[in-house]
Amino acid sequence: MAKSIKVRAKVKGGVTVVKTLISHPMETGLRKNKKTGQKIPAEFIQEVTCEHNGNNVLSALWGTAISKNPYLSFKFKGAKSGDTLKVSWVDNKGKSDSVEAKIK
Amino acid sequence: MNTKRRTFLKSTAAVGAVGVAVSAGLLTPRAVFAAWPKAAFEATSLDSAITAAHGGSAAASGDIKLKAPDIAENGAVVPITVTSKIAGTESISILVSNNPTPLTGTFNLGSNTEGFVSSRVKMSKTSDVVVVVKAGGKLYSAKKEVKVTIGGCGG
Repeated sequence: MAKSIKVRAKVKGGVTVVKTLISHPMETGLRKNKKTGQKIPAEFIQEVTCEHNGNNVLSALWGTAISKNPYLSFKFKGAKSGDTLKVSWVDNKGKSDSVEAKIK
Repeated sequence: MNTKRRTFLKSTAAVGAVGVAVSAGLLTPRAVFAAWPKAAFEATSLDSAITAAHGGSAAASGDIKLKAPDIAENGAVVPITVTSKIAGTESISILVSNNPTPLTGTFNLGSNTEGFVSSRVKMSKTSDVVVVVKAGGKLYSAKKEVKVTIGGCGG
C-alpha cells in the first residue's frame, strides 16, 4: 500500500494549508456485488493522523460515509517552510500507510 | 507437543476473556482500539449519533459556515467545507441525517489548527448535512440541505 497518500502543504501568511488525497476503496459494507449478489465487505479508513514536528495537528475519525479516495484539507498555524508533515491512516482491516512531506 | 497445546489453550483463553469483556461493556471500544467510537458510527439516527459521539445535543450557531452544493449530481462524492469561527474549536463532525449511519467523520483539531476542514462525503439521498462543532466543552451545530440526484451508497 505504499504511496497511497498525496500531500500538498503550503505556508501562506503564517497559515499552512494542507491538502491530502488518499487512494482507498472506502467500501461501506452495504454495496452488493452485481454478479453474485453477495455483499462486498466493508473496508474503510478509520483514522487519519497528521503530525507536524511530532505535534498532532489533526486526527480524523472516519466512518464508511467518507467518499472513495478520500480528500481532506485543513489549515494550521506555526509551521515554517521546509518543515515535515507526517500523514498516516489506519483502516478497519488493520492496513495502514504513512508518508512524510515537506511543507513548501 | 503437549507444551504447545498448553500455550495455545492459554492464549485462546486470554483472547476469549477480552472478547467477553468487550461484549459485556466492561471495556469501552475507546480503550481497546485507538479511539474509534464504534457506537457513534453505527448509530442510525442523527440525534443518537451526536449523543454517542459527543455525549450531548448541539445548539445551532451562526458562527459555523457550512459550504456544500445545493444540488449534488453524484451522491458518492459531495464536497463539504466547514469553517468554524468559534474560538477554541476542538473538533468538527460531519453528519448526513438521512444516511443509514449519519456520522461520516469526526475531525479532532490540534491546538494550532484552525477551525477549517474540507472533505468529501457520500450521501444516500437528499438530506440535511449537519455539522457539529465542539468548542470549550460545548456543542454547536449548523445544517444545510443538499439535494441528491443519484444516491451514493449503491445497492
